[in-house]
Amino acid sequence: MSENQVPEELQESAVTEAAKLGIGTDEWVAQHEERIARKKGIKGLPQLINESIPAWARWGVLLLISCAFGAFVDNQYLLRIGVNLGLFVMLSYGLNIVMGYAGLLDLGYVAFYGIGAYGYALMSSEQIGHHWSTWLTVLIIIIGTALLGYIVSLPSRRLFGDYLAIVTLFFGQVFVQLVLASDNITFPWADDYVDITAGANGIPGIDPFSFFGHKFLNIRDYYWLLLVLVALLTIAVSRVNRTRIGRAWRTIREDALAAESMGVMVNRLKTMAFVTGAAIAGLAGAIFAAMQTAVFVSGFDMPLMTMIYAAVILGGSGSLAGAVMGAIVMSVLPEVLRVTNYSEILFLAVLILTLAAVGKSVKRFIFNIVGIAIIGFIVKILLGAASIKTTPTKEWVVGPVSRALSHWMYVPLDRVLWGNSAFVILIVLIAYFTTTTPRIKAILLPIIGYLGIFLWEVRLITDVNTTRQLLIGAMLVVLMITRPQGFLGKARVEVL
Amino acid sequence: MSEKKPLLEISNIDTYYGAIHILQQVNLRVDEGELVCLLGGNACGKSTTLKTVLGMVKPKVGKIIFAGQDVTHQNTPARVKLGMAVVPENRRLFAPMTVLENLKIGAYVRGEAAEEDLERVYDLFPKLKERSSQLAGTLSGGEQQMVAVGRALMSHPRLILMDEPSMGLAPKLVEQSFEMIANLHSQGVSMLIVEQNANMALSVADRGYVLQTGRIVLEGEAKELAGHEELRRAYLGR
Ligand SMILES: Nc1ncnc2c1ncn2[C@@H]1O[C@H](COP(=O)(O)OP(=O)(O)OP(=O)(O)O)[C@@H](O)[C@H]1O
Ligand SMILES: [Mg+2]
Repeated sequence: MSENQVPEELQESAVTEAAKLGIGTDEWVAQHEERIARKKGIKGLPQLINESIPAWARWGVLLLISCAFGAFVDNQYLLRIGVNLGLFVMLSYGLNIVMGYAGLLDLGYVAFYGIGAYGYALMSSEQIGHHWSTWLTVLIIIIGTALLGYIVSLPSRRLFGDYLAIVTLFFGQVFVQLVLASDNITFPWADDYVDITAGANGIPGIDPFSFFGHKFLNIRDYYWLLLVLVALLTIAVSRVNRTRIGRAWRTIREDALAAESMGVMVNRLKTMAFVTGAAIAGLAGAIFAAMQTAVFVSGFDMPLMTMIYAAVILGGSGSLAGAVMGAIVMSVLPEVLRVTNYSEILFLAVLILTLAAVGKSVKRFIFNIVGIAIIGFIVKILLGAASIKTTPTKEWVVGPVSRALSHWMYVPLDRVLWGNSAFVILIVLIAYFTTTTPRIKAILLPIIGYLGIFLWEVRLITDVNTTRQLLIGAMLVVLMITRPQGFLGKARVEVL
Repeated sequence: MSEKKPLLEISNIDTYYGAIHILQQVNLRVDEGELVCLLGGNACGKSTTLKTVLGMVKPKVGKIIFAGQDVTHQNTPARVKLGMAVVPENRRLFAPMTVLENLKIGAYVRGEAAEEDLERVYDLFPKLKERSSQLAGTLSGGEQQMVAVGRALMSHPRLILMDEPSMGLAPKLVEQSFEMIANLHSQGVSMLIVEQNANMALSVADRGYVLQTGRIVLEGEAKELAGHEELRRAYLGR
């Protein structure tokens, strides 16, 4: 008998065993879901929510909460967050069609939002001196952004993946530069220059929406408008997703060539995705401009783009409920981060979650936390022994967390130098971490964790913008490890 | 045999991939209701021939006539609309979509999938009905083959192009899949089948072509080919 031949008795017993289990029979397959061990704890939560509450009930509850919010909340600040959330959901829906369904990596998406906003501003302010009716303006914007979406979609017919990303990224930047430069245009027939967009100064004094003689002076008006729009969009988009168009979009995402050989007109469908996404973003932009009554081009640049992408990916690309969830996280997060005290707590929470996710077992997790603590003390003793001057505690402590940490963390006086050095080392270590063996990874993890906290306390605690980006990055990393398909997304299946 | 009406006729096709000349002066015909097989060794251009017929690659010279129309310059979706359907090499199902969705995509050119078309596929492959909500990527190879064929049938094709339908199947399933092909053939479906398994293919086909380094070197009735000395030596392994 050769080595890799299975003994006959064993072979036979395997066959009977399989027959007993019914492997391959339809009942066996039908029970597939039940055989999957239910994930416990936090990891199983999305699954649990997904399975135990039907979709309509979830949407119904969400709608009820949103209505109650609109009806009973009087706080202008909270209402504004609600409006921002509505806009964010619209943007996420649009991107979800382009990226989530059709799989087109459009990095210029946010420009359509900006074009909608600037379009409205130009047609409803003293900038050029037009004050057209809201109906007309909004209609022009929807058609205009859809047309632009069509034009941008043309290169997507030949480009895939990263090439398309670069072309669209370029488009987004062209929009920003064009707005910045269009405050000083000279025409050959005129002596004086013309100011179209007011450049970096932005356009103030934009008219609010006005329908049937009702002026939208209260922020609550916009809230209701957005609620209705989002509800309609939710119904429309989820419907389309179940028709042949939605199916065809998803086939393009999976395998454009195979889709084409099934008769799917790939180019036309790509264009449709682009056009729909652009029109939705354009409309959202118009609402934003009217609500804000002022627009600045810096608000339609990469930072917002990354937030929208993060929302769609966090929630689960291709899932509407996921897009809403991602939008909630992404529009509430910056508000939380505005208060350094909260941002501090959030930072630590994300760090601990990251360690838990990377460590995978409780033992590892404890090892990491204890490791970080020990490293902290060692560093404190070493730096103290080298008599490196510290920053006075009151200069960097912002809340209870940093106060607690101040007993353990050694913050040198030259925070820029030490912070930057820590940053470089951190990046190098993380890069090394991704390629090394599990044993070295286990040792590296507490060091990386400590450097993270060090960097945070020394440099970032006062820099909200950087922190926000870093936090989003960290959250995406956690998600990538624990739930690669996004919080509410469907797990991907590959034919192997 | 009664009078034959050509359904697909490709004449003097030359196909290139960049500068590489693959198909050289290929002529091929499939009549209405006929089952034609295309045989040949690895890398001789069989898949390329199917891709050329379907319009995934464009020939440099030559003419393709399908259902009485010159489709040489039409794109793939247009040809599918005219009645071609493909069971691609390696099946190429849409893995994260369900069996049902995969089948429905097959009917894309006809609009929304009709219930009776689905029933027809389920009659042919009862197993698929049970698995209709399973993700296609999680099916076994044999089951995936059924979906791929079912997907092709959903568009009511006049001609099905199959690229190695027996690839990766256990001997028993190979037999079954050829039974299924013969069954479809008896229902009047025209097919052009690419196969490595020459024995099997010739046993169900009406006619066959043999391709060698991009040229048709042999053609004839399936029975004739099955008895052909050279072919036997080259492909039938006897
Ligand atoms: N896109 C391409 N670009 C360049 N060369 C290609 C391309 N596709 C196929 N070829 C080459 O064309 C030749 C014929 O390929 P084809 O796929 O038609 O072979 P085949 O007869 O189907 O073989 P097999 O039985 O192995 O599937 C091969 O040499 C292959 O390497
Ligand atoms: Mg091939």
